[in-house]
Amino acid sequence: MITLPNARTIAVLLLVLAALASVPFLGDSFYLKLATRVIVLAIFAMSLELLIGYTGLVSFGHAAYFGLAAYGLQLLSPEYDAANLLVALPASMALAALVALAVGALVVRTRGIYFIMVTLAFAQMLFYLVRDSAWFGGSDGAFIYVKPVLRIGETVLFSLDDRTGFYFFCLCCLVFTYVLLVVILRSPFGQVIMGIKENEHRMQALGYNTYRYKLASFVIAGTFAGLAGFLFAAIDGFVSPELLGWHQSGNAILMILLGGSGTLFGSLFGAIAFVGMEDIFKERAIFGPLADHWQILMGVFVIAAVLLLRRGIAGWLVTWTGRRSPSLQERDDA
Amino acid sequence: MREPLLETLELTRRFGGLAAVKSVSIAFAPGEVHAVIGPNGAGKTTLINLLSGDLPPTSGRILFKGQEIAGRPAHSISHLGIGRSYQKTNIFLNFTTRQNCWLAAQSRLPTSFRFFSPAHRRQDVAARADKALALTGLEARAGRLAKEMSHGEQRQLEIAMMLATEPELLLLDEPMAGMGAEESERTVELIRKLAADHTVVLIEHDMDAVFKLADRLTVMVNGEVLETGTPESIRTSPAVREAYLGEEEALS
Repeated sequence: MITLPNARTIAVLLLVLAALASVPFLGDSFYLKLATRVIVLAIFAMSLELLIGYTGLVSFGHAAYFGLAAYGLQLLSPEYDAANLLVALPASMALAALVALAVGALVVRTRGIYFIMVTLAFAQMLFYLVRDSAWFGGSDGAFIYVKPVLRIGETVLFSLDDRTGFYFFCLCCLVFTYVLLVVILRSPFGQVIMGIKENEHRMQALGYNTYRYKLASFVIAGTFAGLAGFLFAAIDGFVSPELLGWHQSGNAILMILLGGSGTLFGSLFGAIAFVGMEDIFKERAIFGPLADHWQILMGVFVIAAVLLLRRGIAGWLVTWTGRRSPSLQERDDA
Repeated sequence: MREPLLETLELTRRFGGLAAVKSVSIAFAPGEVHAVIGPNGAGKTTLINLLSGDLPPTSGRILFKGQEIAGRPAHSISHLGIGRSYQKTNIFLNFTTRQNCWLAAQSRLPTSFRFFSPAHRRQDVAARADKALALTGLEARAGRLAKEMSHGEQRQLEIAMMLATEPELLLLDEPMAGMGAEESERTVELIRKLAADHTVVLIEHDMDAVFKLADRLTVMVNGEVLETGTPESIRTSPAVREAYLGEEEALS
C-alpha cells in the first residue's frame, strides 16, 4: 500500500541527498538559502501528503499550521535574545498540533469538496486573525531578531544563526520526518488510514471508528507542518500573515502534484522542482520582461508537468527504476 | 423458540414519504440460518442496513442479546460480533486480497492506535486473515489486487473480509448475486459450513439456495413482514404464493 522506494530508487534518493548535503560546500549563500527553503518546504509538503496521499483528505488549509508554528517561534523569541530550540521548537509544534486538533475535530466530519472548503475557510479565518490582531504584529509581519539556539543550562551548543549548521539541521529534520512517516504508515495505524482513503464506508463496517483515525492523521500532519513552519521562520528571521494564507497551502498541493502523490519521498522532488523552477522563471537574464510575471510561466510549467508526468516525478522514477514496491504480502515473506 | 440472538421490534425506516421498512418484528434464533426473501423493493437490504448500523432506524428497536443497538454506528455494532457482507461488492479494490482481509482482521485488535510497530509483524492478525482466506478458498489469490479478480472471486472476498472480523452473527446480503452456477454451489457449501457455528441472516434471490440453507424464512413485501415460518410452511403458504411466489413452479 505504501510505495516504499525500491533499491534503485533508494540509490537515486541517496544521490539527491548527497547533492543536497554538498550544497553548503559551494560557498554560495544564495544557493544555500534556496536549498534550505527547498528542504523546509519538502517537510511541509510531506506532512500534507500524509493527508492527501494516504488518508484521502485533501486539505486546502494546511498552511495554517505551518504559519502558526512560524509565529510560535516569533512570539517565543525574546526581543534581544535567542529562544531556546529545546523549548521553542516543541512549543511551536504543540501550538500547531493543538489548533489542528481543534479544527480537525470539526472539519474531519466532512468529506470531499466540503472538506476542501472548510479547511480553506478555517485557514483563512486564522490568516485574518493573525493579520488583523496587533498581538501578531499585523499585516506587515514581524521579525525574529535573534535566531534560536540549542542551549542546555547556560551552554549554547548550536545556533541556527550558523547558516551551514542550520542547513544540516533542516536536512536532518527532513530525513527524520520521512523515516517517521514511513514507520507510521507501516504501523497498524498507517494501514487504517490507507484503508480509509480507499473505502471509508467499508472501514466503518469492519469496526473502525474512522473519525478518530482521520483526526489523528490530521493532527500528525499539522504537527509536522508546524516543524516546517518553525524552520521556515528561522530562515529569514521574519514571519508574515501570508505564511498562513491559501497561496501557501496551494503551493504545497502543487509540490505534491509535481512530486507525485503516494510515495512520500515525491514531496522532496516536488519541492525541488517547485522552488527551483520559481527561481529560474524569476531570472530576467533568461525570460526578460516575462520574469516579472513568473506566475504565468509557473502555471504553464505545472500544467505541462501534470499532463506529461501523471504520477509526478516520483511516479516516473519508480516506474523507471523498475518494479513497484513490495506489498504487505511480499514483506511478510521476507 | 429459544431466546433470540437478534430481534427487531416494530422496526421502521422511512426515506421521505416512503417507508422502506414498516414496523418489522422478526426474531432471529441463535444457531439458525434465517433467510429473508421478497421481491425487489421489499426492503430486505434496508433491513440489513438497519441491523448493521449502516442506517439509523426511524423508529422501533433492535435487540442483540437483549441489548438495544438501534441507532448505534456501524463500527460499534461490528464490535458486538455482527458482521455483514454487501450486495454491491464493497471491498478495497486497489489492495491485494490479503490486504483486504488483513484490514478486516486488524479491526479486532483492541486498538489500531499503534504508530510505531510494523503492522505486518502482528501474527494474530495474520492468522485471522489467513483463516478467512482459507475458508473462502482464496489463498491462491492472496497476492492479487482485488480489482483484478473475477466478479465471483470478489464476492468470495466480500465474505472473507466479514469472516476475518470473527463475527458471531453473519448478515449476508445476496452473497450469490451475479455468480455462475458453480460458484453459487460453492458459496452454498461455504454458508452451510459457516452455519455450523454462526447464526446467519441471509438475503438471497436464488430460491434453490435459500431452501437448501434456511432453517427459517421470513417473507417481506413492500417493507412489511408477510409471514415467518419453516421452509415447508412458507412453501405451502397460500398468502406467500399469492403475494410473492405467484405461479412460480420452482418451489413445488
